[in-house]
Amino acid sequence: MSEKTNGQSILDITRNRVLKSSSFNIFLVLLLMCIAMYIVSEPFRSIDNVLAIARNFSSYATTGVGVSLVIISGGIDLSLGSVFGLAGVISCMGMVNFGLPVFPSILLGLAAGALFGLFNGVLVVKAKLPPFIATLGTLSIARSLCYILTEGYPVTGVDTRFLFLGQGYIAGIPTPIWIMAIVAVIFAIFLNQTVTGRRIYALGGNEEATRISGISVNKIKVLTYTLCSLLAAFAGIITASRLGIGQPTAGQGFEMDAIAAVIIGGASLDGGEGTVTGTILGAAIMGVLRNALVLLSIKSHWQSLIIGFVIIIAVTADQLKKSRGK
Amino acid sequence: MKNVTPNHTPYLEMKGITKRFPGVLALDNIDFSVELGKVIALVGENGAGKSTLMKILSGILTKDQGEILIEGKQVEIDGPLTARNLGISIIYQELMDITNMNIAENIFIGREKRKGLFADKKEMHEQAKELLTRVALDIDPQTKVAKLSTAQRQMIEVAKALSVDAKVIIMDEPTSSLTETETEVLFQIIDRLKKENVAIVFISHRMNEITRISDEVAVMRDGQMVGRLNKDEIDEQRIISMMVGREINDIFAKEEAEISDIALEVKNLNTDFLKDISFHVRKGEVLGFAGLVGAGRSEVMRAVFGIDKKESGEIFIHGKKVEIRNTVDALNHGIGFVPENRKEQGLVLGMSVRSNASLAALNKISKLNFIDKKKEVELADKYIKDFQIRTPSREQLVQNLSGGNQQKVVISKWMATKPDILILDEPTRGVDVGAKKEIHLLMSQLAKQGVAVIMISSELPEVIGMSDRIVVMHEGRIKGEITRDNASQESIMRTALS
Repeated sequence: MSEKTNGQSILDITRNRVLKSSSFNIFLVLLLMCIAMYIVSEPFRSIDNVLAIARNFSSYATTGVGVSLVIISGGIDLSLGSVFGLAGVISCMGMVNFGLPVFPSILLGLAAGALFGLFNGVLVVKAKLPPFIATLGTLSIARSLCYILTEGYPVTGVDTRFLFLGQGYIAGIPTPIWIMAIVAVIFAIFLNQTVTGRRIYALGGNEEATRISGISVNKIKVLTYTLCSLLAAFAGIITASRLGIGQPTAGQGFEMDAIAAVIIGGASLDGGEGTVTGTILGAAIMGVLRNALVLLSIKSHWQSLIIGFVIIIAVTADQLKKSRGK
Repeated sequence: MKNVTPNHTPYLEMKGITKRFPGVLALDNIDFSVELGKVIALVGENGAGKSTLMKILSGILTKDQGEILIEGKQVEIDGPLTARNLGISIIYQELMDITNMNIAENIFIGREKRKGLFADKKEMHEQAKELLTRVALDIDPQTKVAKLSTAQRQMIEVAKALSVDAKVIIMDEPTSSLTETETEVLFQIIDRLKKENVAIVFISHRMNEITRISDEVAVMRDGQMVGRLNKDEIDEQRIISMMVGREINDIFAKEEAEISDIALEVKNLNTDFLKDISFHVRKGEVLGFAGLVGAGRSEVMRAVFGIDKKESGEIFIHGKKVEIRNTVDALNHGIGFVPENRKEQGLVLGMSVRSNASLAALNKISKLNFIDKKKEVELADKYIKDFQIRTPSREQLVQNLSGGNQQKVVISKWMATKPDILILDEPTRGVDVGAKKEIHLLMSQLAKQGVAVIMISSELPEVIGMSDRIVVMHEGRIKGEITRDNASQESIMRTALS
C-alpha cells in the first residue's frame, strides 16, 4: 500500500502537508485579521505599524518558542515571567553595579535564566514535583529576587551600546525581530531535524513508552526547562535594552502571554503536539489583535477580555477539528 | 453457512454498516445480528473490523452508513449513553475503570444513587454487593479497584453492565489477560447470563474458547463479514481458514537454531516482590517464561531492563558483569524489550509508524544529533514490508492501526536497534492468528541469527511450542526449569504449583 505515497508527486505531498498542518489554519486566521484591519484602519497599513507590531510580539514569541519545548514535552513553565524580569535586572546590574562590559553582562543575565531553568528541571525530575507546582514556586522566588537585588528601584544608567539589542535596527528592521526570527529558525530545526527534538515529542506523547525505548527522559526534561528559561531570559534582556532600564516588575503576567501564544499556535497541554511556526503565528495573532484594539480605540481594559476569548475560541476550534478527524 | 434471513426478527440487527477512517475502509457494508439468550462469537484477524463494529454499536464511534434496529425498530445510537439506555453494554479489552475509586463507586459512576443532594452510599453499597454475588465475586464493595486483579476488574465490568439491565453485553477479548481458572469463572457467568436471557457478543482470538461457549460464530475479514456459522457448523479449522482466507497448518513456527554461548545471565536478583531470581539465556535460544498472571515474570524483565529498581543481584552479558540502572544502559548493552502493554508502554500513539519504528534506534540513523531522514524512511519501509504491517503509509499515526499491526510496529522498533537479547512480554496477546504466526516466525529467525530471545506468555501452548527451555515462576520466585522435550501443560502447571 505504500506505493500510493510513492506515486504521488512531491508537489501533491507538499500541498497536502501545508493544507493539513494546523499552522496553516492559524496562518489563515492571522491573514484574515490583517486583511480586515487593512480595510478598516488607515494607520494599520503603514510599514512602521507592522514593524511595531512585530517588535512588540517578538518578546513573547521568543519566549513562546522556549515554552513550546516544555509544553510539547508534556510539562508547563509558569516561572518564565519572573525569569524574564530577573534576567533583565541582572544584565543591567552587570553593567551598572559590577562595571562589566555589555557582552558579559548579557551572558550573566542568560546564565541566571538558564540556572533557574535547570533548577526547575531538577525539581521536576529529582524531587518529582508536578511542573505546575515547581514552576509556581520559582515564579515567586525569581520575582522576589528581582526586588531583593534592586530594592524595588529600576536599574538605570546602562551602557548605551547595550540599547542596540532592543532599540537598534539591522537593514531597517528592528533587532528584536531579527533575534526572534533566528531563534525560531534554530528551534524549528532543532525540533524537526534532531534526535533530541524527536524525543521531546515522544516524551510528550507517551512518557512511559519513551522511557522503555531506552531514552533518558529526565535529561530531556531538564533540557527543555533550561532552554525555556534561557529564551525567557533572552527576551527579558532584550526588553530591558528596549526600555533602557532593568525594571524589577518587568514581565509580570508575561508567562500567560507566552503560554497563550503557544496554545493559540496549536500545541496541546497534554504534550506531544505543537510547532515553532504555530507559536510564532500565535504570538503574531496576539500582537495584531492588541494593535487592532488600540487602533480601533477600544479601551485597554477590554484587551485582556478579548484575548481571553480568542484563546478559548482557538482551542475549542482545534478540539472540534480533532474530534471530527476521529 | 447461513445466508438466508431468519424467519423471525432478531433482537438487534445492524444493516449495511460502513465506516471509513483516514486511508482505511474499516467496515464495508456489514450485516450483523444478535439474539437474546445466545452467545455469538465475533472473530477475525486484527484489523478485520470487529472492535470498530462493536464501538459503533456501543456509541463510541458513529457509522458513516447503515442502520441499527432493535426489535425491528430503527434506533439512532449517537453516544455511549444512548447505547446504555438501549440496553447495550460493552466491556473493553483494555479496562477503563477508575482505579482510585472503590467498586461501588465504579459500578454506579455517572448515575449515582441519591438521597436529596447527597450520594446514597448505603444504597449503592447494598446494590453493589448483590451485583457482585451475581458475578461470583466475594469482595467488599468498598475495596479500591486498584487492589483488584485484572480478572476481578473484568467481573466488576460485568456487574456494571448488569446494573443497567443490559440486554446485549459485548465482551472485547475478555479472556486475554485472564488465567485459566479465571476464564472458567467468566464462562460460568456467561452461562448464567444466557439463562437470564442476555445476549452476549464475545470477541476472542482463542479458538478453544470460541468453540466451547458460542452458539453462533460470525467471521470478519478486512472490514467485511465473511460468514456465519451455526452451533453445529462450528469447527476450529473452518473458522481459521475463513478468518485468514487460507489454511493454516502448523501454528507454531518453531525452527531449529544453533544454541551457543550464554548471552545474558541473571544471578540472585531481588526486588521488593521478586525473590532470588537466577536464570540465563544463550545465543540462538528461545527461553520461555511461564506462570500464572501475577507470578512476577514481567517484573523480572522490568528489573533486568532497568525500568524497576533492583534491591540486589548481578547481571552478566556475554560473561561480563554489567550495571543496568536505567533503560538507557539496557539499550546500550544490546537488550530490547517489547513490553506487555503496547498502547501504554510500547508506542507513542500520536506519532507516525515511521517515528515509532525509529524511536529506539535514532542514534543509529543520525549524525551530530541530526536525523538522517532518508535512512529513517528506509528503516520504516523495510519493517513495514518485512513484517507486512498493514498501514496506508508510513506516515499513518499508529493509533489508527489495529492491535496486531501496532504490535508489529513495537517489534520493528526493537529490531531496528539490532539487539543481542530480545525480551518479548506477551508478544501475541490480542493478536490475530496470522500476525501471531508471523511473530513466531520472526522469533525463530532471530534465534537463528544468534539473538537470545526471552518470551513471556500466558498461553501455555505458545510457551511449549516456541521455547527451547521454560522457566516457571510462581509468586515472585522461580519454581523450576523445564526442557523442550519434557514440556507439557501438565508439567508446567505442576512445577508452578508445586
